[in-house]
Amino acid sequence: MTHPDRLWRNPCLKWSYDVVIVGGGGHGLATAYYLAREHGITNVAVLEKGWLAGGNMARNTTIIRSNYLMDESAAIYEHAMKLWEGLSDELDYDILFSQRGVLNLAHTLGDVREGVRRVNANRLNGVDAEWLTPDQVKEFCPIVDISPDVRYPVLGATLQPRGGIAKHDHVAWAYARAADRLGVDLVQGCEVTGFVRSGGRVVGVDTNRGPIRAGAVALASAGHSSVLASLAGLRLPIQSHPLQAMVSELLEPVHPCVVMSNHVHVYVSQAHKGELVLGAGIDPFNSYAQRGSVHVVEHQLAAALELFPVFGHAHVLRTWAGIVDTSPDASPIVGPTPVPGLYVNCGWGTGGFKATPASGWVYAHTIAHGEPHALNRPFGLDRFTTGALVDEHGAAAVAH
Amino acid sequence: MRLPSGGRIDRTTPLTFTVDGVTHTGYRGDTLASAMLANNVLAGPSIHLGRPRGIVAAGVEEPNALVQVGPEPMLPATTVELTDGIEATTLSGRGRLATPNDGYFDKTYAHCDVLVVGGGRAGLAAAVEAGRSGARVFLADEQPELGGSLLSTPDTWEWLDTVVAELASFPETRVLTRATVFGYYDHNYLSIAQRRPGGGRLWHVRAGRVVLATGAHERPLVFAGNDRPGVMLAGAVRTYLNRYAVRPGRRAVVCTNNDSAYATALDLLESGAEVLVADVRDEESALAALVRSAGGEVRAGTTVTGTTGSPWVTSVSLGSETADCDLVAVSGGWNPVVHLHSQAGGTLRYDDATAAFVPDVARQAHVSVGSANGELDPVHPLWTIPAADGSWDTHFVDQQRDATVADVLRATGAGMRSAEHVKRYTTIGTAHDQGKTAGVNTLGVIAEALGAGTPGPTTYRPPYTPVPFALLAGRDRGALLDPARVTPIHAWHVARGAEFENVGQWRRPWYYPLPGETMTEAVLRECRAAREGVGVQDASTLGKIELVGPDAGEFLNRMYTNAFAKLPVGTARYGMMCTADGMVFDDGVVLRLAEDRYLATTTTGNAAAVLDHFEEWLQTEWPDLRVHCTSVTEQWATIAVVGPLSGRVVGALAADLPPKFMAFVDTTVHGVPARVARISFSGELAYEVNVAGWHGLAVWEAVMAAGEEFGITPYGTETMHVLRAEKGYPIVGQDTDGTVTPLDLGMDWIVSKRKSFVGKRSLRRPDTARPDRKQLVGLLPVDPDDLLPEGAQLVAPDTPLDPPVPMLGHVTSSYRSAALGRTFALALLRSGRDRLGQVVHAPLADRTIAAIVTEPVFYDPEGTRRDG
Amino acid sequence: MLLIRCPWCGPRNEVEFSYGGAADVVYPPDPDALSDAEWGEYVFVRDNPRGPFAERWVHTAGCRRWFRAVRNTVTHEFREES
Repeated sequence: MTHPDRLWRNPCLKWSYDVVIVGGGGHGLATAYYLAREHGITNVAVLEKGWLAGGNMARNTTIIRSNYLMDESAAIYEHAMKLWEGLSDELDYDILFSQRGVLNLAHTLGDVREGVRRVNANRLNGVDAEWLTPDQVKEFCPIVDISPDVRYPVLGATLQPRGGIAKHDHVAWAYARAADRLGVDLVQGCEVTGFVRSGGRVVGVDTNRGPIRAGAVALASAGHSSVLASLAGLRLPIQSHPLQAMVSELLEPVHPCVVMSNHVHVYVSQAHKGELVLGAGIDPFNSYAQRGSVHVVEHQLAAALELFPVFGHAHVLRTWAGIVDTSPDASPIVGPTPVPGLYVNCGWGTGGFKATPASGWVYAHTIAHGEPHALNRPFGLDRFTTGALVDEHGAAAVAH
Repeated sequence: MRLPSGGRIDRTTPLTFTVDGVTHTGYRGDTLASAMLANNVLAGPSIHLGRPRGIVAAGVEEPNALVQVGPEPMLPATTVELTDGIEATTLSGRGRLATPNDGYFDKTYAHCDVLVVGGGRAGLAAAVEAGRSGARVFLADEQPELGGSLLSTPDTWEWLDTVVAELASFPETRVLTRATVFGYYDHNYLSIAQRRPGGGRLWHVRAGRVVLATGAHERPLVFAGNDRPGVMLAGAVRTYLNRYAVRPGRRAVVCTNNDSAYATALDLLESGAEVLVADVRDEESALAALVRSAGGEVRAGTTVTGTTGSPWVTSVSLGSETADCDLVAVSGGWNPVVHLHSQAGGTLRYDDATAAFVPDVARQAHVSVGSANGELDPVHPLWTIPAADGSWDTHFVDQQRDATVADVLRATGAGMRSAEHVKRYTTIGTAHDQGKTAGVNTLGVIAEALGAGTPGPTTYRPPYTPVPFALLAGRDRGALLDPARVTPIHAWHVARGAEFENVGQWRRPWYYPLPGETMTEAVLRECRAAREGVGVQDASTLGKIELVGPDAGEFLNRMYTNAFAKLPVGTARYGMMCTADGMVFDDGVVLRLAEDRYLATTTTGNAAAVLDHFEEWLQTEWPDLRVHCTSVTEQWATIAVVGPLSGRVVGALAADLPPKFMAFVDTTVHGVPARVARISFSGELAYEVNVAGWHGLAVWEAVMAAGEEFGITPYGTETMHVLRAEKGYPIVGQDTDGTVTPLDLGMDWIVSKRKSFVGKRSLRRPDTARPDRKQLVGLLPVDPDDLLPEGAQLVAPDTPLDPPVPMLGHVTSSYRSAALGRTFALALLRSGRDRLGQVVHAPLADRTIAAIVTEPVFYDPEGTRRDG
Repeated sequence: MLLIRCPWCGPRNEVEFSYGGAADVVYPPDPDALSDAEWGEYVFVRDNPRGPFAERWVHTAGCRRWFRAVRNTVTHEFREES
């Protein structure tokens, strides 16, 4: 695995920027890149309280797919997919994007109906999708147990052939390097502690390294969105939960694709180096601890062994947790806020990684123009007043 | 080589084993690693560079000697107890999966006053002291026998035997060996992986207090060629000598920055080896004299700067000099095993004297003792030792990841300042050993590269050592993955050859094929019977909740969109519930049993959720309402007898029949107490017979016998779905998906205008009140033989099919109807009620189906059939 | 596996409980009197603090009673309350 010899400067903080992005995760870095690249706004700082991409970006299971049910979701995730497909070239950095296919297994007749519905909707939305019979599932992923006598037999699956995985660190560093080259200041160890207001408008941030003026302040701080927004007097419809994941030791290639099962509660892929990467459901309680309960992991592995008996001799090498923002409709919130000068990008729940390029792209557009792009207009805060939710609970990987 | 005497091995029990197909012998008491060392067996080559590698350590921290034993991948040979006939394959950092794991894995949940982690000197002392107090003590140790590092120091074995015997005498003390405490979770909950013959046991222990006596791992030194086989940790060399009677070399160079390695030097000399100690410290150690008097050589201010030999080390460079050797025992100091302390939320601090991270503040009820608490020899920290030629590309920091100082320098050169970034850039610390030997060295190297004073902090996550998937899964596999619920009549359905579907946790008969019959044929036959004669369905899985109390009616009024307070006793009413968001949550028929008593039925899959919902609102919002809720789902068996002839069947068995539709009587059926209700989910005359669960099968069989002359036909969920769809009755979760209001279903009549109910306010939000929402409609395919797939999307006929295609809705239910002699469907369609009579298209992968939009009621719209 | 103190049954493992999110959110006495924004706030918006959090649990697999507890969302420690 070779990385470039130069990634980023470690610049001194200036006292004023056109745009300050709070949070140097994948979404923040992508936003900075597209602000500079698409909109020519380069006087931008990304403020990261820890190390770049050290939050959920470093903790996710890197699944990429765009086979969402609702039209609004399919549009934004498919935009992301198209950006993913050109990203290694665009950023001149191999992000190890592997379009190996994502299977979503169906285990009940209800799952089958939902799956077929999604395949049909996906196709009409221009998202590649196929419905597979159990035998076709077996052909695509030979290690899945499709025998009819298990507790919840596999009745079929949706397949998105263009879905897959990428290497999260590479993605983050690629955006960081590209943004840095375009003049964006990536400032680590800089924690935002408050907002500077003028006449009701946010005109800057207070940080542990002093105040910084900003033409616009954009939150991209998944997991901590509520805490930051509350510093600006804004209450978000967001709850923070631990989401656990785990990896096995390195193994010879055994699992050719990505498999997700809502009903049996597991999602698994095998990363490039060879480790099995598994995701668990969110822990139910609110937390900022990056720590979950072990029984969640136990259920997860019981489910994994049901679907993949061959995993029986594998070992869990490491478990960890990220803090995900969950929103009432399992859809993100990206757009302006009632506080002038302040923008918010949060609520991606368990699906933030796959959205990274589109999230940054539409957020940059929103900040540059002061109003949302068509792709993120449905994902505004106002939907919780009007009732126009984009309810993706059926399409999320884990049951909320 | 194996020494002629000594060690804790059982020389009377020789064992035969193979590594990579070559047969060797060892003894009971060996690890695979000690037996490999005794036979001069190398570990597998390194993962990327293919460099030869040897065994480095004697415990879980081993970076190199990973083996596959039979089906189990990635076991450090240092942790594999030698047994007769083991077939091991060396691995290059990557294992193989091939077969399922049929081992027996179970779980035990336990409480104790004190959990002592680690059975070495400090842990034994703590356990004995706690045990003497009478406390319930657990002592867990990862080794097959207690002793920890004492097992490598023979002069302590007598004390060890005494202590182990005393522990055994405490009735409340439990010793777990082969038991690795791998996780320290919130509220003093710890998880222990115990290896057992043919499987393992996962212990979950809630401990009052925890004593962490987890010892320390030795650090290698980072010099050129430090990965050459024969370069080992000094403490490990001592363990192999004394515990396993294996001397890894005859001519040893001991390279150290602290006093601990002198014990190794002395033990090597005692075993007859030649020893040269290269001590990096300028000031000579007080122990140097001991080494000299035992015949060894000591050089202060000297360090190994390079190695040669292939594959085993044959000499080292000591600055400008060279020394021949076949063993290099290194000590770069020790890292307290702070993993569990850190997992528990405890903080760490860097200790200058030992150049290590030691426990600082504990967050939970735990204390670290002994070397785990940093009680270690002081060291002269030396993170990197330059080579004569200035190169850094064989200075291995993480042997398993083949990562060197050169890799770290590339990362910092690229702009990385955070240790976390450098680790990710170089992959240091991510291998099977999770950086147990590499971690702190890496931080030291980074600090040096960045010119920082001391290494930055780090955190540890579970598990401490890798844990089998199968152990964590335990017994929750196969049928025990999720308990299957079956009705009292289930055995009859099985005997009748029913196909089943999973609905929630329930196994429900789906349809009952006759020999040679397809599903379509069976369902058409079942439907015909219910419409023309009599059918019968086991409806026992429907949720049933009794609501009792003077305010039960008022409570139901608040929960359901329609009113129940004035429902006359002895009658029933269909009701619907919404979430606070105004979306359909559940539906079902509610019976009023008495003035203060209702029975609410729910959908099969939602029964628990509805009970939870009721109780939440009652307890948290309206505690003033006097209502109690009790689930009675499993107390009742429910038999739905459906069809124009149903009255004759039930009439033959029941002492009394309900007087009218949506009424019920408490009576007897087949001689047992029963509640018979006139409820219909099909539009036909129908009776729902409820009896105590234990009478269910007998009454079912009586119904079958009574119905025999009428050709009574058992039917399953599929036929139920067809029959209800012909009547336009929606199924919550199929025709709704959490985005559908009662108004969208065209059920305005069920939404009370007069009373308040949960979710009502949401219905007049701007989006929810839009007239062009998706609404439930019927669809009749233009070709009456064409079956619309459920989940087909609908578009306007003139829509170009270039993505993204504007979609109007989707097919929620679709069937072949015996009664209609054709196919039909239900759909959610944008502005659906304005499109009645229009054509919509369902574009599929291979063709497009045209259908006419209709009212969702296809059969008997006047409702004449419900009275027979 | 949190150890949660049910006021009626005593300390029990987390798996016996279900989570109810923020406590002290009162159902509006007259929802019809609220604006769309106010109603939306009631339905969808809850506090989400980093630190002490008043929350609801129900002892689902025990007495089935709801109760309020204050737990720190960073340390997961419950505040002892009399």
